[in-house]
Amino acid sequence: MSGAAPRGMAAIVRDAGLAALIALGVGAPLLGLRTEPVGRGLTLIPRPGLLLSVVAAVFVGRILVGLFMAQRALRRRVISPAPRAMLAPPGFRSWLGRAAGPAMLAFALLLPFMPGIGRYEIDLGTLVLTYVMLGWGLNIVVGLAGLLDLGYVAFYAVGAYSYALLAKHLEIGFWAALPLTGLCSAVWGIILGFPVLRLRGDYLAIVTLAFGEIIRIVLLNWVGLTGGPNGMSGIPRPSFFGLPFSMAGGEGTFAGFFGLEPSPLHRIIFLYYLILALALVTNFVTIRLRRHPIGRAWEALREDEVASRALGLSVVAVKLTAFATGALFGGFAGAFFATRQGFISPESFTFIESALILAIVVLGGMGSQIGVATAAVVMIGGFELFRDLEQFRMLVFGLAMVAIMVWRPRGLVSSREPSVALGARKMVGAEHVAEGRG
Amino acid sequence: MSAAANGAMLAVEDVTTAYGAIVALRGVSLTVGHGEIVTLIGANGAGKSTLMMTICGSPAPREGRVVLEGRDITGWPTHLIMRQGLAHAPEGRRIFPRMTVLENLRMGAEVLNGAHFDQDLEKVCALFPRLKERLGQRGGTLSGGEQQMLAIARALMSRPRLLLLDEPSLGLAPMVVRQIFAAIRDLNRETGLTVLLVEQNAYHALRLAHRGYVLVNGRITMTGTGAELLARPEVRAAYLEGGRA
Ligand SMILES: Nc1ncnc2c1ncn2[C@@H]1O[C@H](COP(=O)(O)OP(=O)(O)OP(=O)(O)O)[C@@H](O)[C@H]1O
Ligand SMILES: [Mg+2]
Repeated sequence: MSGAAPRGMAAIVRDAGLAALIALGVGAPLLGLRTEPVGRGLTLIPRPGLLLSVVAAVFVGRILVGLFMAQRALRRRVISPAPRAMLAPPGFRSWLGRAAGPAMLAFALLLPFMPGIGRYEIDLGTLVLTYVMLGWGLNIVVGLAGLLDLGYVAFYAVGAYSYALLAKHLEIGFWAALPLTGLCSAVWGIILGFPVLRLRGDYLAIVTLAFGEIIRIVLLNWVGLTGGPNGMSGIPRPSFFGLPFSMAGGEGTFAGFFGLEPSPLHRIIFLYYLILALALVTNFVTIRLRRHPIGRAWEALREDEVASRALGLSVVAVKLTAFATGALFGGFAGAFFATRQGFISPESFTFIESALILAIVVLGGMGSQIGVATAAVVMIGGFELFRDLEQFRMLVFGLAMVAIMVWRPRGLVSSREPSVALGARKMVGAEHVAEGRG
Repeated sequence: MSAAANGAMLAVEDVTTAYGAIVALRGVSLTVGHGEIVTLIGANGAGKSTLMMTICGSPAPREGRVVLEGRDITGWPTHLIMRQGLAHAPEGRRIFPRMTVLENLRMGAEVLNGAHFDQDLEKVCALFPRLKERLGQRGGTLSGGEQQMLAIARALMSRPRLLLLDEPSLGLAPMVVRQIFAAIRDLNRETGLTVLLVEQNAYHALRLAHRGYVLVNGRITMTGTGAELLARPEVRAAYLEGGRA
C-alpha cells in the first residue's frame, strides 16, 4: 500500500471527497430532512447527525475501496510482465478462493451455537440460507445454462403449495412430501420449458416473467384449492424424523427423547439445519452435474447454441433438463418455506421475489457457487441491516447494485473453475477473461 | 442420381432451402466421394453456409434429399445427424469462449460419450501443437488462428468420417492459413478423412481440393477438378482477380 502512496493517495482522497459531496447532495433532501405531520400540514425536521454520519461513512468507505483498488492495480503491474500465456500466479486471491468455501461452511455449521446468537440471528440465518438455496437453484438455469428466467418464484410457489396441499389433505409427512413437491415443480419446469424452447434473451425473459405471474394469479383465484388471497394456514410443522417439537415435552417428543428441557429454540435450530442441508444438497448436485455431460452441455448452450447443436447436443433436452433441475430445487425451497411458516399466501410469491433471487445470482457472478452464497448473505443481510431505514433501503440497494455492476461487471466472484482438468490442475487465464466486459 | 448417392460419402440432391420468404438454395446437387476433399466457392451470400447447415438439418431443406453414406437423413433432427459420423466446424469458429481448450475438446467428444477421449486428445494435439500448450486456457483468450485450430480440433474429436469446414481461413494471416490447409491435407492423406470445404480463399481452396463447385445465388453454376476450375476464365475473373491472396 505504501508503495502506491504518494501520488495515489492524493487522488484517492480527492475521489473520496467527490463521493462524499455527491452523498451530501443526494442525502441532504433524502436523509437530512424528515417530514412530520403536524396538525394539517407537514413540517420538516432537519437531521444533520444522520446525514453527516452517512456522508462520513461514504468518505471513509470510498477511501478504503480506493486503497484496495490501488493495491490490486499494483499487484497487476507486478504480474503482467510475466509470460501472459498460461499460469496465473497462485497468489493470495486463489488462496482466498479456496479457503472461502470451507470457512463459510464452518461458520454456517457452528452459527447456532456461537455465543451471542439468539433466536433472531438463527431465524435470519435460516432466511439467508433459503435465498442461498434459491440462488443456487436459479443459478443452474441462469448462470449455467444461460436462460434468463424472471419467473423463478413460480417454482418456489408450486413447491410451497404442493407441500401444503399434500400435508393438509393427504396427511403426508414432510420427508415423504419433499420428493413429491420437487417432482411437481420439476414437471412445471418442463411445462414452462416447452413453449420457450425457441426463445432467447429478452423474449425468454418476458415469457418466464408472465409464467411467474400466471402461477401467482391462479393461486390467487383458485379459492377452492388454495384459499385464494387468504392463503393456507395450519400447514404441519416438520418433525425430527417422527419426533414432534412440542413444548409439553414427554415421551414421544424431540425434547423427551433426547432428555432435553423443552424449548422453542429446538425447532428453530432444526429448521436452520434443515435448510442448510437442503442448500448443501443443491450445491453438491450442481457441482457434480457441472462435471457431468449434462452440466457441460448446459454451459456449452450458454456459450453458443449453434455450436452446441453442431456438436450433436439436443438443445431441447439440454434446455428442459436445466429448467427442470432449477425448478426442482426451487420446489424444495418452497416446501421448506411452507413448513417453516405454517402459513402461505400468494403474497409471498410476487415478482419482486424473482427479481431478488435473480439479483443474487447476477451479483454473485453468474455460475459461481460461492459468489451466489456471498451475494445472498450481503443482500438479505443488508436488507435486515437497513431495516430501520425503511423507505431508503431500496435506494441503498439500487445504489449498491449499480456500484457492484460498475466495479465488478461480472459479479462478485467472476472466475470460473474449469470442469475438466488434466491430472495436474493448471489455474489459467481467468484473470484475462474475468475483467472483460460482455 | 441415386446410383451416385449410394456410392458417395455425401449426396445432396436437388435441395431447395429457404428462410421464410428468402430462398437461399435453389435445386442444389452435389456429391462428395469417400476420401475426397471437395470445395465449395462462391461470393458472399451465395448460400455456402446455408448448404452446410442444410446438410446438418438446420434448417431442413424445403425440397430435395440429403443422403449420407447411402442413408437418407433428410428431415432428421440435427442432434441425430451429428451422430452419424459427420462433424461441422461452423462459420466464425464458434468455440465456447469461457470454457477452457480442454473443455471445448471435451464437448466435441460428447457424441462418443467420452470414449477414447485421451487417445483422440493426443492426436489433435499432435496435429495442432499450439493447442497442446494451451489446454487450460479459456477459448476466448486464444488468438484467432488458435481459435480456428480449436474449432477444427473440436470437430475432429467426434471421430468424423466427413468433416464440413466453413471458411476456416476467415481473418487469418496467410502463414496460419497455410498451416491450417496443410493440416487438412495431412488428415485427408493419412486418415482418409473426407472433407467438404467452404472457402472465400478460392486459390488455396482449389489447389487443395480434388474437386470443386461454384455456387452463385443459390445455384451450382460450375463444377470440375480443382485444377480445371482454377484454369476457367470465369472463375479467375470472379474469384481470383487481384492476386492469389
Ligand atoms: N437465418 C437467416 N434468416 C434469413 N436469411 C438468411 C439467414 N441465413 C442466411 N440468410 C440469407 O441466405 C443467403 C445465403 O446466406 P449464406 O450465409 O448461406 O451465404 P454464404 O454463401 O455463406 O456467404 P458468406 O460467404 O458471406 O458467408 C443470404 O442472402 C442471407 O442473407
Ligand atoms: Mg458463409
